[in-house]
This record gives sequence, structure tokens and C-alpha cells, in this order.
Amino acid sequence: MDAISTEGLTKHYTVGFWRPRPYLALEALTLRVGQGEVFGFLGPNGAGKTTTLKLLMQLIYPTSGRAEILGRPVGDVEVKRRIGYLPENPYFYDYLTAEELLEYFGALFGHSGAERRRRASALLDDVGIGGERRLQLRKFSKGMLQRVGIAQALINEPEVVFLDEPMSGLDPLGRRDIRELILRLRDRGCTLFFSSHVLSDAEALCSRVAILANGRLVAEGPLSEILAFKVRGWELVVSGLTDAALEHTRNHTGVLRATRLGPQRYALELPLAVPPEHLLAELVAKGAMLVSLNPLRDTLEDFFVRQVAAAPEERGLEGPRG
Amino acid sequence: MRVIGHIAVNVFKESVRDKVLYCIVAFAVILIAASYLLGQLTAGQDLKIIKDLGLASIATFGLFIAVFIGIGLVWKEVERRSIYGLLTKPIRRSEFILGKYFGLMLTLLVNVAVMTAAFYAVLAYQGWGVDAVSRQAWPAPPMDPAMLAAIALILVELMLVTAIALFFSTFSSPFLSAVLTLGLWVIGHFNADLRNFENVIQSRAAAWLARGLYYLLPNFDAFDIKAQVVQGQHVTASSVALSMLYGTVYLVLVLTGAVAIFSRRDFK
Repeated sequence: MDAISTEGLTKHYTVGFWRPRPYLALEALTLRVGQGEVFGFLGPNGAGKTTTLKLLMQLIYPTSGRAEILGRPVGDVEVKRRIGYLPENPYFYDYLTAEELLEYFGALFGHSGAERRRRASALLDDVGIGGERRLQLRKFSKGMLQRVGIAQALINEPEVVFLDEPMSGLDPLGRRDIRELILRLRDRGCTLFFSSHVLSDAEALCSRVAILANGRLVAEGPLSEILAFKVRGWELVVSGLTDAALEHTRNHTGVLRATRLGPQRYALELPLAVPPEHLLAELVAKGAMLVSLNPLRDTLEDFFVRQVAAAPEERGLEGPRG
Repeated sequence: MRVIGHIAVNVFKESVRDKVLYCIVAFAVILIAASYLLGQLTAGQDLKIIKDLGLASIATFGLFIAVFIGIGLVWKEVERRSIYGLLTKPIRRSEFILGKYFGLMLTLLVNVAVMTAAFYAVLAYQGWGVDAVSRQAWPAPPMDPAMLAAIALILVELMLVTAIALFFSTFSSPFLSAVLTLGLWVIGHFNADLRNFENVIQSRAAAWLARGLYYLLPNFDAFDIKAQVVQGQHVTASSVALSMLYGTVYLVLVLTGAVAIFSRRDFK
């Protein structure tokens, strides 16, 4: 049984008051996420990531298609007992303290008073909320609210967790904490589905990703398959290279790009067909020193930019279908 | 029911921590207390003035609370997006609406109880030490329990107003919800005129329309026995019970409509 599955999930909105016209928010999304996976749902702003998450949470209803979580239709109360959700830029009742909020949500899951207090306290420790837990949420910064949002998503020890831009608003330390928390959840067997436009997070955490652009799925699969980890060239970093020597070298060895890193220090990019040894020998002969030599590979960012650039931009229903 | 209870308690907690509510209730209590002073300015009408002003204060300030909290109950959750965290917990949308409704009911109940206590305190003070001869001039005793029936019907009216405010807030802005709710409240107090409309117009169609509206729109006059109670006129228990039943049936229908609309709503 899949943790999450969607079949032709589509959402159209009507935009415009005087001349209402349909707007494609999500078009025929078919996805499967296995149990225990960390699944990255990627795309630029406005790609349809949040729309998909809202459809999975039944905060909005699909125009067509269907979605299931843990083999049951989304919106089923029994499903809700087994999932957690962090909304994008979460906002909670600002008259409650962090502790009260978590205890309130725990009560909705039917936890006893002692159990609610125990879970709330442990989760607030986990997300790094200390003495502030007794302050009203109106006094919380965006990053602290994000941490509380993550804690409330885990109050029921969920089997599947949906996180909409979990790193949003967090400082570098906060991002590291949440990355570690996600990895701990993964190790516990939890399925994680998170949307992000921060590709380094996805590269660090995901076993599989899907890329969405303009409401359409443009790529999906394991990172190792999506990124053809083929070497596409070489990068040499050298020091002690004069400008004249660099110019001479560039004319004779087919360097694709030379980036100045500092005084007489350059990063030189070579195509795969040109063996780096020859260039290196020439540079050493001219008094340069090798700092590093690395193969150039595709990153998720390269892949992402290519896919998004190739996606059709039309969002009206009369436009091309993906 | 457990989930509805938790949501209701949270609504109550929100209103308890809202300073505006304290201001409204404090103002109502001060006004009820001030009715004693106004009573002293009139000859022989002191008790009537206190009762009139007291009951009117409870009804009016209760209406303020019902409308101005009721219209924001759902809207605030949607606008601030706190609804995303709540609706993804194991609750049904109908439980959300009912929890919100009962939470505001609890708030209203406590506030009406505070205002009633202040009202009876003023009446007790007024009646204290008054000789038997003066008492006979009053149409009803100061601590007349019949006033509790009037307050109970005010509460039923407020329950219905809250349900109407909540209904409008499931699909419109607070301003529009307030206008529509208060509009219905005003029309509802003149509802009896619609029934008699056919006596003053010739058009058969207009008469049918007026008769239809009479049955469709809430009849808030049915809950108003303030004047009878103050004058010491007898109000039968069956008529009070009938008004309560009418209010309950009407508010159940309104809440059913609110749930139906809210259950189909997209939260973009």
C-alpha cells in the first residue's frame, strides 16, 4: 500500500470578477509515494505545490481526479489521525501559548491530559522551543512559529507527515535542527512529503523528488535517476597564474570558462573531451600551482532550471496541456 | 461531541482573553446599575424604569456580543489561516462549525449570567426596606421570577442571532455578515407586519410574497416578552415553551445551512 497516491488530480480556479475565466492551478497530477520515503515536491513559486498539499489535506476540493493517503480517501477522519501537516507560513491562535496550542491539538486526537502535557513538552524540546513555551504565540517570531508549526504536525506521532516549505523563516541553525528532525523521523519509518523551492534541502534529505512547473508535473523519480551523475567536464583551480599566462593558455587549450577567484587564482572549466593533464602540465610549466581538480557533474539545481524553463507557461485551460 | 467540546472551550478561552468583551460587559453592568439613578428621577415609575433598562441592556449588549463575535468566528480562522492547522486534525467540518457555535453560546451564557446577576442586585437594592404600601403600587414585585422567563427568551433570541451571524460568516466578509445579520434582526422584529400586509394592499402576488416572507424570515418578536413582564402581565409557560421550540427549530435549520456551505468551501 502506498503512503500517498494521486490519480489525475486536477484543480482549476475561476479568476476575474467581470470576466471570469478558468485558471489552471494543478493539472492531472499522478503520483505515488511509498511508505518510509522522504519525498521532495519541488517547484518555483506558484508552481502548484501548496495547491497539491491543500488537495491532499482536503482544504480544497479537486476539479477532477482522486487522492488517497494510506489507502483511504483524503479527508477521512481516520486518515487524519495518522497524518501530520505543517502549512506554509503557519499561523496559530495568538492568544494561546505554545504549550496550550499543542495540548489543544492533542485533545482533538483524544489524548488524555497527562499524555497531552508529556507530548507537548517533548515536542517543544525537539524543535528547540525552551522557556518561550509559556508565552502567547502573538509574541513569537516567524522562525519560532515555524518550529511550533512543526511540533504541532507531530503531536500524534504520525505515519505520514506533510511539510509545506518547512525551512521557511528559519535561520541556519534552525534549518540544521529541522533537517536532523526530518532524518530522525525517516529513521523511525515515517513517510515525509515536503514541498520546497530550496533545492539543497531536497538534495540533502530526499530519496525521490517530483518537479512541478506551471501546475504540471515535469519530472519525477529517484534523485540518482533524475540527475544523470555523468561527468560533463573538469574544473581546475590554480594559483600563481599571471593574466598573460592565462590568456596564452586559454588560446591554446580550449578552456570553456575562467573565473577569477582571487589574485592570480582562477577556476578553469574544461570540456570532457579535453584531458586536464595537458592543461595542468602547461600551467605548472608557467609557474602555476594546482589547488584542486574536480569532475563537473549536474546538480539538482541544473536539472531543475532546465525542467522549469522547458515547461509550458500557459495556465489558462485553452493552453497546451502538460 | 468530545471534539465539539474542545473547540467550544477554545472559543470561550479566546473570548475570555479578549479585552473588548470585558469592556462590553462592564459597560452593560454600569448601565444596569445606572438605571437605579434614573429610576429615582421618576415619580412612582422607578421599578419599571429599572426593569425596562435592565432587560433592554441585557438584550442589546448580548446582541452586540452575538453579532460582533459571531461574524468573526469563521472569518478570522480563514483569514489568518489558523484553520489549516485545525481542519487537518481528526475533526469534521460540521464539528468545527458546531464547536464554534457552542463556544460562543458558552460565552454568551456567562455574560448574560453576569448581567442578570447585576440586574437582580439592583432590583434587590431597590426593593430593600420599601414598606408594604409602596410595594402595592408596583405592578410586579422587584425580584419577579417571571423576568427570568424574559431573560431566557432573550438568550434564545441571541442563540438564533449567533447562528445567523455564523451562517453568513461561512461565506461572506465580516462587514457584510454584520449588515445582513442586523438587517435580519430588524426585519425579524417587524415580522408580524408582513402577516397583516394583505389587509392593506390590493395585489394578490404581493400579499402572497409578504406571507411567504413572514414564514421564511425569523420572527424575533416571538422572543420579546419584556413589556408584559415589566407590566406584571401573566405570560403562560406554554407560550414561552413554544417560542423556545420555534427558536430551537429555526437555529437548527440555520446551522444545518451553515454546515452545508462550510463543508463545500475551498480554503485557498
